[in-house]
Amino acid sequence: MQAYILRRVLWVIPLLLGVSLITFLLMHAVPGGPFSREKQLPPRVVENINAKYHLDDPIWKQYGNYVWGIVSRLDLGPSYSSTTVSVNDIIRRHLPISAQLGAMALGLAIAVGVPLGVISALRQNTLVDYSSMFVAVLGVSIPSLALGPLLVWLFGLKLDLLPVALWGGPNHWLLPTVTLAAGSTALIARLTRASLLQVVREDYIRTARAKGIAESWIIIRHAMRNALIPVVTVIGPLFANLVTGTLVVEKIFAIPGLGKFFVDSITARDYPVIMGTVLLFATVIIVANLIVDIAYVFLDPRIKYT
Amino acid sequence: MKRTEARAPTSTFGEPTIRQRSEWEEAFRRLRRNKAAMLGLAVIVTLAVLAIAAPLVAPFHFADDHLEDNFTGPGSKYLLGTDFLGRDVLSRLIYGTRVSLTIGVAGATMATIIGVTWGTIAAYRGGFTDSVMMRFVDLMYGFPTLLLIILIMVFFRANVDPSSEGSFSLRETLRSLDLALGSLLFIFIGIAITSWMTTARLVRGLVLSLKEQEFVNAARALGASDRRIILRHLLPNFLGPVIVAETLNIPTYILFEAFLSFIGLGVNPPVPSWGAMINEGVQAMRSSPHLVLFPSLTMVLALLSFNFLGDGLRDALDPRMR
Repeated sequence: MQAYILRRVLWVIPLLLGVSLITFLLMHAVPGGPFSREKQLPPRVVENINAKYHLDDPIWKQYGNYVWGIVSRLDLGPSYSSTTVSVNDIIRRHLPISAQLGAMALGLAIAVGVPLGVISALRQNTLVDYSSMFVAVLGVSIPSLALGPLLVWLFGLKLDLLPVALWGGPNHWLLPTVTLAAGSTALIARLTRASLLQVVREDYIRTARAKGIAESWIIIRHAMRNALIPVVTVIGPLFANLVTGTLVVEKIFAIPGLGKFFVDSITARDYPVIMGTVLLFATVIIVANLIVDIAYVFLDPRIKYT
Repeated sequence: MKRTEARAPTSTFGEPTIRQRSEWEEAFRRLRRNKAAMLGLAVIVTLAVLAIAAPLVAPFHFADDHLEDNFTGPGSKYLLGTDFLGRDVLSRLIYGTRVSLTIGVAGATMATIIGVTWGTIAAYRGGFTDSVMMRFVDLMYGFPTLLLIILIMVFFRANVDPSSEGSFSLRETLRSLDLALGSLLFIFIGIAITSWMTTARLVRGLVLSLKEQEFVNAARALGASDRRIILRHLLPNFLGPVIVAETLNIPTYILFEAFLSFIGLGVNPPVPSWGAMINEGVQAMRSSPHLVLFPSLTMVLALLSFNFLGDGLRDALDPRMR
């Protein structure tokens, strides 16, 4: 098991290097250079700028410096659109908002998804089951791209209950969080239902019933422990969805988080910001997957890892 | 494919007839009984017809602007209203169906072609080739798909942008090809690069088990070339399930396109895409909610239909259901 965990951890290194290399090469293969403007700059100025940002170094050296800067100083380099703001500053300023949005969405998805799945499974083939699974199909099918505007229209404009945009207080948080969480909630609910339905047919549950244990206790204490294992594994991929989902949700609701800044920097062609943000997002997703994989080893002792 | 024998009902002559019913016929019968799936199929067929017949059905061309009528609400002249340039929303939605369905089908086709080729070669060659090729698949799996697509799209857009400097022939060729395809080329490429790995793994597994079977040995004993064995003996045996599995991914590809167009990396204006329309609509949400409502609802309708059909297909083909 230790060998499996070690292998899994070490696998992250080539993965991150691969991600950074692809990101770096793609963003450095864009023509014209970062400082080409409508008006041609004098060659001397271009030379000076290139020297300042080490753009005259060979590409492998630039990549080496970039990676070394990240590893040794967590430095993602300067932003091209502003001389005083670095990519680190941008991330420091905007990431907390995105992180809060993502955490609230994940919390909501688990807090609603799991109970919904459990209720559907316990009331299998009843109206409760059918209606909650219908809602779950809707949740899986409706992307945040379409759900966001529909929610804004209904609750922000028609009913005039909630603010349509920005990130002030808790009433601003509600619509974006629901939009971001909808897909994950539905997925968790469907998975919990399927998994619990399978587990309650196991022999050890029948044994527990035969012993005369209360039904609610059987579900909570015996069935849920095994039923939730597949749900945990899906949290890794869900994390990726949430991270990329913030790009859409923050843009729809004009939330000043990193996702919106990232989308704006794509339009502004600020390549170091694009590069830094992609690396950050990718690292978050890869590490989340790693944690889930390792947690799985401890959650399910029935599986032997070699 | 293994065939299951099914006893058909007595024929008109009163003689019991035995006929073979293939697995696919069985599956299709089960699918037809699934109301949600059939409803989804009906909607998809309707959308496909609309997409093909777009120039005949749409009241206006997607780029026709009527500046004097901009931001008109739904009415008799413009059924679903007009946008900031006075373009007809209904017409743009109909043409947008073209974009979405093309992306869905072409994305699935390209992912299948790459995945099948990769998986077959890895499994057929085996050994070192296999491990290197599959390690590469693992690496690609680790890379968050949407982020990779974003990077690829930023790269392509910067390289073939009309304003970008320098011109070598490849760039010019790509640019004109992209224009000819309604600026969809790079979305195809982006989807193809990021979406073939699941198919590759599936195909590899199937080929690994198939290539040990007697009929392959027999073909080899008769002197068939590798090429012939792969194309004539292996491919027909696994292609069906692989294609079905890949059609289940079509809504994902449609969503990729909408997402890319929404963040400004997808189709070039004035080509209409549901994602781009939502993006434009969000900016004028308060005064003209119809601009964002109709594209959102259309997208929901299309994705729901695909998911209903997909769930139905999965249930129909799942052998555990029997």
